[in-house]
Amino acid sequence: MSSATITRRRPARQRVTSLAITVLTWVIVIGFFFPVAWMVFTAFKSERAAATSTPTIFTELSFDRFQEVLDRGFAAYLTNSLTASVVSTVIVLLLAIPAAYGLSVRPLIRSTDALFFFISTKFLPIAAAIIPIYLLLQNLGALDNISALSILYVGMNLPLAIWMMRSFFAEVPLEIIEAAQIDGAKFWTELVRVVLPIVAPGIAAAALICFIFAWNEYFLANLLTSTVARTTPPFLGSFVDGRGQFLAVLSAAATLAVLPVVIAGWVAQKRLVRGLAMGAIK
Amino acid sequence: MTTALVTVPPETKRRRNPKRQLTTRDRRSLRLSRALVWPALITAIVITQVPFLVTIYYSFQRWNLQRPGDQAFVGFANYAKVFSNGVFVESLIATVLITGGAVLFSVIIGLFLAVLLDRKFIGQGIARTLLITPFLMMPAAAALIWKWSMLDANVGMINWLFSLVGIPPVAWNTDLPVLTIIMVLTWQFTPFMMLIILAGLQSQSGEILEAASVDGAGPIRSFIYMTLPHLRTYIELAVLLGTIMLLQVFDPIAIMTRGTGGTKTLPYLLYERAFVGLEIGEAAAYGVLTVILTIIVATIALRLLFKIFRTEGAR
Repeated sequence: MSSATITRRRPARQRVTSLAITVLTWVIVIGFFFPVAWMVFTAFKSERAAATSTPTIFTELSFDRFQEVLDRGFAAYLTNSLTASVVSTVIVLLLAIPAAYGLSVRPLIRSTDALFFFISTKFLPIAAAIIPIYLLLQNLGALDNISALSILYVGMNLPLAIWMMRSFFAEVPLEIIEAAQIDGAKFWTELVRVVLPIVAPGIAAAALICFIFAWNEYFLANLLTSTVARTTPPFLGSFVDGRGQFLAVLSAAATLAVLPVVIAGWVAQKRLVRGLAMGAIK
Repeated sequence: MTTALVTVPPETKRRRNPKRQLTTRDRRSLRLSRALVWPALITAIVITQVPFLVTIYYSFQRWNLQRPGDQAFVGFANYAKVFSNGVFVESLIATVLITGGAVLFSVIIGLFLAVLLDRKFIGQGIARTLLITPFLMMPAAAALIWKWSMLDANVGMINWLFSLVGIPPVAWNTDLPVLTIIMVLTWQFTPFMMLIILAGLQSQSGEILEAASVDGAGPIRSFIYMTLPHLRTYIELAVLLGTIMLLQVFDPIAIMTRGTGGTKTLPYLLYERAFVGLEIGEAAAYGVLTVILTIIVATIALRLLFKIFRTEGAR
């Protein structure tokens, strides 16, 4: 493949092959992106134009479907999603930053064991824990409660955040920390003034991943919330009830739910990979 | 949960031990490190480990929520019931089929796309950005859009495309439920696989490939004999992480098929038994069995992470 990247003049046949591969690549890329693009496009159509067996392309477009979605009280579900995502992410950061620091910058005896304990909890299927959690929340009267949901999201995202941050913390040169210690800097000053600025981009990426996972979570939200604390994913899931015309309005709701996270993910894509691969890849 | 089951290779275990005698300052620093890790450790234990232990306890109980007073220790009766009624085996097959199919297809397509994206071409950055979108998309929204906008028998785009080349409409959701779920999951997980494999491709030194090319190896030969072996660790990692995530998949099944037509995976079966059938004891047994299945995969995954972790030259 690398021979195709050489920019000096190449024989005509090679140029044709290269162009063909580029075209093929774009065809696949557009194919993969198509459902998303079509969802956004359908959101602007009328219900009648959306539900035709031959897709309509030239049709009147409007924001009416978005208005309809908002009229159904969508803002409340978005607010609940935002609350659960932000609260859980903040708590995860408060717990994970010191832990990742302790595990990587100031190595601890048996720190590898602790690290692998954390990641093993990520491998635990939620199915293994959900029954007692549900019964406990029921007994406490904490079903349909956004705080309870947020706490569960902390458990869900904490291990991933620690792993991801560890790999960023591990890049802080030991000399910098030792120099800070010789300067007589106290621990917190050291963490805040010296280490945090270096790892800030990594922390931002970890925060974003935690936010995305909480924002997109369906299983717990569907089971543990009903009216007051309902978040966006289960609301979307219950969107389609009858066999009426709903495709355009569903697309509008899905677009509103998906867009913020997708744009944030696009912006941070490079660092996201590392987080998703549990910091195993740089 | 798996700490006891994953054996730590001895050479990594004590690597971080300081060789010299601990000074007072070292000790203070060590105590501080522990204090920093404890809050996170306790939180993780309370939220995930304790409920799992309770689940194990429940799995030995006869307990249906509709008969509140009638709760008793029954030993392995729930497990015996689970293995004898056939639903479990069916569900295990569905789980293996759906997880295996989605992992296989998304790794193959992901590898292909990673190779395509690893060369310079017009709009490379934009292509990559567009490709990762399915993975960022809310799974519930993705399942709905696929079900109603792409795969609907009457107004779906796929059937329209088929009609252009004369293929009769397919009722995806009802006639081919397993394939439908695999398709949607493949669409969602291909970007993830691609990103990991792409990271592997980009870590390969260009000099070696150039030397191979000078020695007369064509692009296909050098891909098979040099690039693929280099990618092995990355592909393994992609497969294992993908498997662990896909074993827990719930959203598309709940939204698209509701477990009909051979798509009742273990997480969905547990959900149905516990929260529709209210059979706490039986559902807990499914939960424990799901964990055992995951542990098998996770143990291999952890070994691999260990390997990478070690060669990273970790401090």
